[in-house]
Amino acid sequence: MAKLPNRTEMLDFDFSLPPEGWMDTKTEFKDGMFCHAVKPEKLETVGMPNAHKWSASDEDWGLPENWKEIILQGMADRLEKYRSFKLFMDVCVRCGACADKCHFYMGTGDPKNMPVLRAELLRSVYKRYFTRAGRMFGSLVGARDLTEDVIKEWWYYFYQCTECRRCSAFCPYGIDQAEITIMGRELLNLLGLNTDWIAGPVENCYMRGNHVGLTPPAILDNVEFMMDDLETVTGHHFEPSFNRKGAEILLVCPSGDLFAEPGTFTFMGYIMLLEHLGLDYTLSTYASEGGNFGFFTSNEMAKRLNSKIYAEAERLGVKWILGGECGHMWRLMQQYMDTWNGPADFLEQPVSPITGTVFENAASTKMVHMVEFTADLIYNKKIKLDPSRNDDWVVTFHDSCNTARGMGILEEPRYIIKNVCNHFYEMPDETIREKTLCCGSGSGLNAGENMELRMRGGFPRAEAVRSVVDRFGVNMVANICAIDRAAMPALMDYWNPGVGIVGTHELVGNALVLDENDHRTMNLRQEELPSARKEKEIADAVAAVNGPENGEGGAA
Amino acid sequence: MKKTGIIAFVVIFCALALLPFAANAISPKAPLELDYNTPAIKSLEEHKCIESTEFMRSSHMQLLDSWRNDVVRNGDIVYTATDGTKYEKSLDDSCLTCHSNPEEFCDKCHSYEGVNPYCWDCHDSFGLWRQNESNEALYQDFLASVEGGQE
Amino acid sequence: MRIVGPIIAVCALAGIAWLGTGPLSLYTLFGVIIPYCAFAAFVVGFIIRILNWGRSAVPFRIPTTAGQEKSLPWIKQNKLDNPSSKAGVVGRMALEVLFFRSLFRNASTEKTEDGIAIGSAKWLWLFALIFHWSMLIIVLRHFRLFLDPIPAWITALEGLDGMFQIGLPVIYLTDLGIVAGITFLFIRRVVVPRIRYISQTIDYFPLVLLFGIALAGIIMRYFTKVDMSAVKELTLGLVRFTPQATVTEPIFYIHIFLVCCLLVYFPWSKLMHAGGIFLSPTRNMANNSRAVRHVNPWNYEVKKHTYEEYENENWEKMQALGLPLDYEHVKEEEPPAEAEAGAAEGAPEAANTEDSEG
Repeated sequence: MAKLPNRTEMLDFDFSLPPEGWMDTKTEFKDGMFCHAVKPEKLETVGMPNAHKWSASDEDWGLPENWKEIILQGMADRLEKYRSFKLFMDVCVRCGACADKCHFYMGTGDPKNMPVLRAELLRSVYKRYFTRAGRMFGSLVGARDLTEDVIKEWWYYFYQCTECRRCSAFCPYGIDQAEITIMGRELLNLLGLNTDWIAGPVENCYMRGNHVGLTPPAILDNVEFMMDDLETVTGHHFEPSFNRKGAEILLVCPSGDLFAEPGTFTFMGYIMLLEHLGLDYTLSTYASEGGNFGFFTSNEMAKRLNSKIYAEAERLGVKWILGGECGHMWRLMQQYMDTWNGPADFLEQPVSPITGTVFENAASTKMVHMVEFTADLIYNKKIKLDPSRNDDWVVTFHDSCNTARGMGILEEPRYIIKNVCNHFYEMPDETIREKTLCCGSGSGLNAGENMELRMRGGFPRAEAVRSVVDRFGVNMVANICAIDRAAMPALMDYWNPGVGIVGTHELVGNALVLDENDHRTMNLRQEELPSARKEKEIADAVAAVNGPENGEGGAA
Repeated sequence: MKKTGIIAFVVIFCALALLPFAANAISPKAPLELDYNTPAIKSLEEHKCIESTEFMRSSHMQLLDSWRNDVVRNGDIVYTATDGTKYEKSLDDSCLTCHSNPEEFCDKCHSYEGVNPYCWDCHDSFGLWRQNESNEALYQDFLASVEGGQE
Repeated sequence: MRIVGPIIAVCALAGIAWLGTGPLSLYTLFGVIIPYCAFAAFVVGFIIRILNWGRSAVPFRIPTTAGQEKSLPWIKQNKLDNPSSKAGVVGRMALEVLFFRSLFRNASTEKTEDGIAIGSAKWLWLFALIFHWSMLIIVLRHFRLFLDPIPAWITALEGLDGMFQIGLPVIYLTDLGIVAGITFLFIRRVVVPRIRYISQTIDYFPLVLLFGIALAGIIMRYFTKVDMSAVKELTLGLVRFTPQATVTEPIFYIHIFLVCCLLVYFPWSKLMHAGGIFLSPTRNMANNSRAVRHVNPWNYEVKKHTYEEYENENWEKMQALGLPLDYEHVKEEEPPAEAEAGAAEGAPEAANTEDSEG
């Protein structure tokens, strides 16, 4: 693995531009900026085409003989299937409004990371083969031939895009680079050119139900372990059920929450809350993944992975589905799932059993976001909260790209956080809500071998965090995204050491008062609570005042 | 946008694009015909304005504009034409003497081409004002004074 | 060359018009035949492009949400930046089309020594707006040449446009606006390194062409003059199908020849953003896909790994854990057969899965 540059080396770039045009600049594959090539077995398991052994550093990528034909046919198909693709190929005026909005551009200074140029990588080929002007005038109208170098360039740069849609929010025509990257990756996948980091979770999810490949015993073990920890912290023992038929609600989480800190603390938060409310819910080992790396592969793969959720809801006979905190998972639940695998007419419109609130915005998909559910509980005063338990944390909130720009869940998490924390500060306006900056590791880029890319891509976000660290002493970044929880600790360690990452429901879990005897001394991370520390300090002070001479004996 | 939306969009676009054609098909008007010949013009020996017809057509507005400024601001009331003839710089007393039919001569053409000069904003009321004899006398005094001042 | 080329091209086009109507006096060609052809090409081309886009499916509901979505009743929805209803979408589109809402968000990002600075940047928005509105009003103003009698709204519009009554003929604000707009957009492309880097010949050409049109128009109106009654006779004749090209000033023909070039160029260029924006799926769809199911017209059945297969593969483990089981255990020696299905065929994956469906 490439050595990660230090901070100074990382920032030793500017936005200057090479003298020659981008079409004449050959792609240089820099170590640390791309993921490993996919191993063929992983593609074979799920039946993806043209699985073969290759490596990005090879001169010859072992493309099939008719690769050009496959790509051009693939483009032709997709131009028919996606108006977004065709329109976005045609209407860009290169005004440049998107150019400096991409976190990868901001963090690398590489001009091909400007969304407009990332799109041109594909648009130039579209022009050459699908427009009359391109066929006639070639480079004069920005067209170029499709060569193996172009394929390599696509691969390098379409896996330097996290499909965060920030560019799309600024584009006067709504051109969405995420759509173009999605198409680009679909085309590359026709040639067997995925990354290993994406294809692995896809295979796992397809065969074993979740990205990390947890088998039923592993899931149950992990959950048991977490429940033991929860018992240590709260004194209560919880036993969530799995694959239980007839439950009212199916809970679907990103599998990262079952797997590693700090996601596991978020999972504990969900379970504490649901158990405390006495909800009739169950989890599934089969549909044990809300996230979907298929979406970073192809639309079809995404649909295949996603199908498990409705299938399992139907099999278990639940009434509706509750979804954990995850970014791209929720973009798919909102904008794709019902279209792919619906209609879910075997489910019922979600109603909160506690407040009676009918979730009208989920009338068709029948799936509710955990933060909607919890915000509703808090608004209706159905749970008791002690925000002082989070007092050691000065919190800011990082909007995930997908929930911000593919849904618009902005207020619910803020409402929750303000109710469960006493110290909450927003990052600058240009970096939150619909203008939120990506963690730099979304859309399947959260691998280890591309760490430099991730640190660069996350740099603008880290900068925004740093500004509130400096101003308000923020030491914790809350989020509603499993990729954030998995990827941002490394980002913060690199740029803002000492700043932690927390899922919103971990904060809820900390603050949730289970009953009148719920006097905790630890948070879910088993760190001492401020109140406990204060009690100890008081005890110590009392002991000090009383002194050794009139200590024990004095009372007598 | 669904198929119906696309069709509606195309229909609206066509309607907008063809609107000028349609509007003219519905209310075709006869081509513009102007009657220049007032009795005063008929009585002229040579049918000739102060400058060439081409110049008057394309630049009368600038001529009148400069006349106005000359008279009102500088008291300069004498115009020397290209052929050396001198005229009074006056819309009322020079132009309208021959072109005594401004509704026909000025307005018809202006409204045909969609031009809205603001000549009459003042000249309508000025004409009325001069109909009073004492006012007319005042005006003549003024002219005499500026002419005198110039010499 | 990317910059000089378009300038030369537009000069050449103007030269053609001058040659054709100055020395050669081909008034009917330049005043009647070419305008008719260009207009027809524009209308037909525009429609073809729209229908062509319209032919492609909209499989998913993918609005870019730029505000709070419709959620719990006590959470305030941002109905214009994240609409959930048709009316909201109309509002959002109106803001986009008329006021460039998204461009208004524009900010500029600068790299500092050890960080990034994001600052406000409304200039592009402002000048783009000035340019486009000027252009629209100018086009509408020109309707005075195609209608007789001239409707009052055109006269009013002209009055408004020339409200300061500066100069004679009165200077139109939109004439200043369009020149300022084009100049800004052009200079920006030349001077800002990042924009220069992404700009292509086809980005400069329309700007230069529009500048040429505006310049010829301004020269004609304010300086060299044309016989307006002859112009109107021609323009009115064109829409009444009784055209007579009696205008003789080449500047007029340069103006309309460049307009004709624009009309022909328009549908096949990036200028079609004018029509395209209405079809943009990230803007013209309501964000209500959890409440109302969106149907994908080409949705097809895909190969799935069913619960039955999953249970069978994990049967012993699940039984040992006491998890509920639905099926009898079927022992298999080989892993499930779908693993190798179609993988080596090199066909697009969609075909693969359709083959192996069921």
